[in-house]
Amino acid sequence: MKVLELKNVSKVFYSKTQETQAVSNLNFDVNEGEFVAIIGPSGCGKTTVLSLISKLIQPTSGEVKLYGGSNVGYMLQRDQLFEWRNIERNVQLGLEIQRKLTEENKRYVENLLKKYGLWEFRKHYPAELSGGMRQRAALIRTLATNPDLLLLDEPFSALDFQTRLDVCDDVYAIIRSEKKTALLVTHDISEAISLADRIVVLTERPATVKAIHEPRLNHIAQPLKRRESPDFSKQFELLHKYLHGETQ
Amino acid sequence: MKNNFTKEHLLYLRGQRVHKILVHTARIGVLVLLLGLWELAAQLNWIDSFITSCPSRIWKKFIELVAAGTLWHHMGVSTYETLAGFAIGTVLGYCIAVVLWWNVFFKETFEPYLVVLNSLPKIALGPIIIIWAGTGKASIITMAVLISVVITAITILNGFVATDKEKALLLRSMGANRFQIFTKLVAPANVPTLMATLKINVGMAWIGSIMGEYLVSKEGLGYLLVYGSQVFQLDLVMTCTVVLCALAGLMYGAVALLEKIVVKRF
Ligand SMILES: Nc1ncnc2c1ncn2[C@@H]1O[C@H](COP(=O)(O)OP(=O)(O)O)[C@@H](O)[C@H]1O
Ligand SMILES: [Mg+2]
Repeated sequence: MKVLELKNVSKVFYSKTQETQAVSNLNFDVNEGEFVAIIGPSGCGKTTVLSLISKLIQPTSGEVKLYGGSNVGYMLQRDQLFEWRNIERNVQLGLEIQRKLTEENKRYVENLLKKYGLWEFRKHYPAELSGGMRQRAALIRTLATNPDLLLLDEPFSALDFQTRLDVCDDVYAIIRSEKKTALLVTHDISEAISLADRIVVLTERPATVKAIHEPRLNHIAQPLKRRESPDFSKQFELLHKYLHGETQ
Repeated sequence: MKNNFTKEHLLYLRGQRVHKILVHTARIGVLVLLLGLWELAAQLNWIDSFITSCPSRIWKKFIELVAAGTLWHHMGVSTYETLAGFAIGTVLGYCIAVVLWWNVFFKETFEPYLVVLNSLPKIALGPIIIIWAGTGKASIITMAVLISVVITAITILNGFVATDKEKALLLRSMGANRFQIFTKLVAPANVPTLMATLKINVGMAWIGSIMGEYLVSKEGLGYLLVYGSQVFQLDLVMTCTVVLCALAGLMYGAVALLEKIVVKRF
């Protein structure tokens, strides 16, 4: 079942001196339970695509269709935890905004905190947590409103390499065990291969679909292990070619 | 906790403490030295204490004023005017900042007016204020408000506008309206800005109330200062100045304490 469908979506930004076409004629869809990665060079329009899907901006032409509930959870590049709120109050932010802070939902969030090792830290402030834990808190904040589709915008790019691999495993495990549909944006080929069921390769700006690739590594449970698979380097080469335009 | 420190750590802490004590001693030392020199110069007639006054004469005057009960009265009047100007100026300035943040059209319309008002010496408005608000406390409080309100509005508005755009984006992606963005993000994120503004406004409000008293009043420390200079009683002028310093310092200290309590997290 489709959760999301983009039909001929284009977006042009206007400013005093110029117009910037960020997205051009974009078509792809995401099915329920799928983990899709969008990969493309920096500045090609990836963030713009996520903003379009979360309805923060409207497409210039074309259509963004969300099926089922249209509840989308957006995880930004940096964790964006509020320094003056403790972890518990941070992860409840979305529920507060949507006026859904019921006892039931509070218990749901409590459960998430317990399941994912942040329960003891619920009264701590973001500054007291490590980068990985902060990212986990940001993910739980996104999950708290029980979204049908998770949007992740380069969620690991602010972390150093070693932490990035661990947090990547961590986030993947949580998303899978919560049975969420996820759409992740990245410019890192390895990240895309190790995480996604399907990879949408975008062109340089204006972004349009260049290729759609399936890594077929689902038989390996953890992203970190997938990186060690013999298939991995072949896939890397292939995607590298896609990305840098030698194959059409 | 205490015994967990290593020897080196304890040594470091002692070094810090010694440094702090030294600074405090030096501060008091400078004051004592200056006062001592002043007193000595007056006693030995190096300077004419009729026009320079001196610490012992100031002290005598202070006791005299306290005994007569007049000092408390004048202090009370000035403090009341200052606190009123401080409170009204801060609240009003904050409200203006909220309105201008809320509506970009308003912001763009009124910003140049704020800039002009900010560079205008508010004392120039004295005559107008007197005509409109009379020669009583209302005029003086108006002056204190005028001096603090513009700078408050500008500083707070700048803080509001500089609030993390990404965090606002996060809230919008959760479906937040502008009111929620204000209460959940912009207001709490700018508590430190507000505290900094309060500190500035202590000074602004005192300038306003004392200047107001120079212009119109029949009571208050500003009045006493003007009176003292007119009858050439330097002891009175100096005593008032010292008392004014103490009051302003006290008020600043209170705000600094409030900041320390509130700003821990922000
Ligand atoms: N709000 C905006 N106004 C004008 N131009 C924008 C805006 N947002 C993005 N752009 C432009 O669109 C292009 C794509 O940006 P973005 O989607 O952030 O790229 P990416 O996330 O792939 O690095 C860039 O050239 C950027 O300058
Ligand atoms: Mg981006």
